[in-house]
Amino acid sequence: MFDRIRSDFWYELLNSPVTIVSAIIIVLMIIGCTFAPIFAPHTPFDPATISIMDNNMPPAWADGADPRFLLGTDLQGRDVLSAMLYGGRISLLVGIGAVALSVVIGMAVGLLAGYFGGMADAVLMRIAEIQFAFPPILIALLFNGILKASLPADVFAQAAVPIMILAIGLAGWVQFARIVRASTLVQRNQDYVTACHAVGLPTLTIILRHITPNILGPVLVLAMLQIAVAIVTEATLSFLGLGTPLTEPSLGALIQIGSQYLFSGVWWVVIFPGIMLLVMVVAFNLVADWVRDYLNPRLR
Amino acid sequence: MSHILCETKDLKITFPHRLGDFTAVHGFDLQVRRGEIVGLIGESGAGKSTVGNAIMGLLSHPGQVSGGRIELEGENLVDLPDAAKARMRGRRIGMIFQDPMTSLNPLMTVGGQLAESIAVLQNIPKAQARRMAIERLAGVGIAEPANRMDQYPHEFSGGMRQRVVIALAMAGDPDLLIADEPTTALDVSVQKQVLDLIKSICVERSLGVILVTHDMGVIAETADRVYVMRHGALVETGPTAQVIQTPSERYTKELIAAIPSIERREERFRNPVKKTGEIDQWLLQGHKDKGSGDYVTASALTKDFATKKKSFWGKAGTFRAVDIPGLIIKRGEVLGLVGESGSGKSTLGRMMTGLLPPSSGEVAYGDHGILAEVRSRAARKALRRDVQVVFQDPYSSLNSRMRVDQILAEPIRFHGLADRHDIPRLVGALLERVGLPAEAGRKFPHQFSGGQRQRICIARALSVRPRFLLCDEPTSALDVSIQADMLALLMELRRSLGLTMLFVSHDLAVVRQVSDRVAVMKRGEIVECREAEALYDAPKSSYTRMLLDTAPRATRRQ
Repeated sequence: MFDRIRSDFWYELLNSPVTIVSAIIIVLMIIGCTFAPIFAPHTPFDPATISIMDNNMPPAWADGADPRFLLGTDLQGRDVLSAMLYGGRISLLVGIGAVALSVVIGMAVGLLAGYFGGMADAVLMRIAEIQFAFPPILIALLFNGILKASLPADVFAQAAVPIMILAIGLAGWVQFARIVRASTLVQRNQDYVTACHAVGLPTLTIILRHITPNILGPVLVLAMLQIAVAIVTEATLSFLGLGTPLTEPSLGALIQIGSQYLFSGVWWVVIFPGIMLLVMVVAFNLVADWVRDYLNPRLR
Repeated sequence: MSHILCETKDLKITFPHRLGDFTAVHGFDLQVRRGEIVGLIGESGAGKSTVGNAIMGLLSHPGQVSGGRIELEGENLVDLPDAAKARMRGRRIGMIFQDPMTSLNPLMTVGGQLAESIAVLQNIPKAQARRMAIERLAGVGIAEPANRMDQYPHEFSGGMRQRVVIALAMAGDPDLLIADEPTTALDVSVQKQVLDLIKSICVERSLGVILVTHDMGVIAETADRVYVMRHGALVETGPTAQVIQTPSERYTKELIAAIPSIERREERFRNPVKKTGEIDQWLLQGHKDKGSGDYVTASALTKDFATKKKSFWGKAGTFRAVDIPGLIIKRGEVLGLVGESGSGKSTLGRMMTGLLPPSSGEVAYGDHGILAEVRSRAARKALRRDVQVVFQDPYSSLNSRMRVDQILAEPIRFHGLADRHDIPRLVGALLERVGLPAEAGRKFPHQFSGGQRQRICIARALSVRPRFLLCDEPTSALDVSIQADMLALLMELRRSLGLTMLFVSHDLAVVRQVSDRVAVMKRGEIVECREAEALYDAPKSSYTRMLLDTAPRATRRQ
């Protein structure tokens, strides 16, 4: 995977303008959201800096706008653009964090099931299939609900982001386990693995040093696709009021807040976070598609 | 002499690429007459298959004919529109592919495929086509064709499938038949029957046949004239006997000289040049007295594989892949193990090295005792160091994500055979020992050719200072010229390092070159095991004799 990059990576990338645009969008979003405190014109969730006098300002190009608020303000006078950057930070963190958790669990399960086969394979993959029979959002809801019921309210509100990562991550590992298991079954029977046995290398070394690098390609593609799915799942949960608290809203929570005022003419509070979520998800999908084609030359 | 059926004139085939076009074939002239088999021989990458595909109009994307003409009875095929080319395929030119496993549709009955092709190509009703299909199957030597019509490809053996493929290629009564490595995937005993069939069809129907192959033995047995190709150009052409016996070009001479003979043991393998160096001393370090005696002893060894259950509730049956009373490899000897595909030779080889546990019986090593009783971690490790393997496929036997020096350093480090600081120097010396530059360590496996990769595999096996080497078809995936170098290297290493070897191969000629003793396997059993020269000169078992008689040889036509 990495040695091919030197020769063909840039050529293939430059031949796909859609991918370049998507990649630039992702990079800009990650930078913009990560450093939201620097880039955001206001600090939207600090009550000391917001004024109720600025409420419901339209975007800067509309009548009656204030140039201080590029994309307008909401009911409480918070800057929409700043809220989007802070909210996007939470969405990206949850998306990437949840997928990282899924990858770790899924790879561990898939490698064990694929390499050892037999009983380990049967038990692990049956568990995976049982979970696969439920929609991921339901699993995430379930985990979220269990944690909400068992933790004190203040702790739950404090730990909203880690809890979302845990709930969505636990809901998404099955796909990784399946794809890793299938690849491991193929790699396990390759002669280079037999050569490792002939040298007498320990099983763990064979799995981690020899098999794992050879199965990362499909995992990488699935991970990029799953980041988009995880961001949407988080937004759905937050929209339903089960995710991040309203004092620290993610994109989904912003959309939920905005949707209440949509019909009173205050459209900007819901439309802009909605567009940002859409663009973010589409960009991740397009880049993932390109990576898949790049790693599998037969599809070209 | 009859008129020319098919001809290429100054044929040029180019594969455009962003870093510059690759010309696969430049200026190739070929002529085929009716009733004549023309051989097209060359090593991998010579462009021989590309010529065949171009005549058929089946160049793989993005290849294109960039110059010259392909004429079939005077008509230039290059400029034909695609639709006309498609009409021509099957009706005027038929093609036989290498792998009979993949060139038939597994979901259609054999008769269904054949009848469909006949109906479409000859434009006749289905029922008539079916009757004709039965005749055609009988024509290619399939017994009880009416019954076998309704069977699926998996119910046919490899040789029978290739007969069906030939019948399919002949469905539209073409004038020209292109056979691309038609027998490479088949066992020798079946190979001869298929070649005989192609020969007889060629004569009976006065067909022109282009036989594309890398195997000089196949050409010698079958072709009337031969074209030798290299790097996309013609090297030499002439009647087969003349080219093989008195080649005029240097490349052809080298090619023919590189073919191992089944008739005798060549000098160049018997007394290899002895190199000694620092690395050889390292490789011999820690080895006890060489001594004689038995190195590996297998007794009452069997291996069973589970077969598919007949029904959901049914019991899984077992298939006995190997069943031998005993086999001994003496210290410092090379034991050749030959057999056709499915004879259990690879399974036996893996059991002899402890890579596959036997179903019953035991394997014992002179230095370590009975394999199954070596339990302690240290003793296991010592045993694994002494026994190494070189595989057939140089592409799957190296981890493509690791650099070559990492691949070679890992076993040395794991077994603690050298000081940390010495490892890079040792890896370089090992690479040089197997005939590669020391800098090769900085590259990844895919940057090497098949032969070079096989050298890396040998270096990896040597890196733990082994005493016993299993070579599982180590030269089967390589071109003849490279094959000869590889055998010479293995034999030289064996002499210098006093290695004991088990050499598994389907190629009787190769085995003769390297083995002291030879065991012949058939359906999991050893039918004959004797001194190599005695076995080849006067085989006792009828099976061995049959194998020796059917093996194609380049030198028989004299």
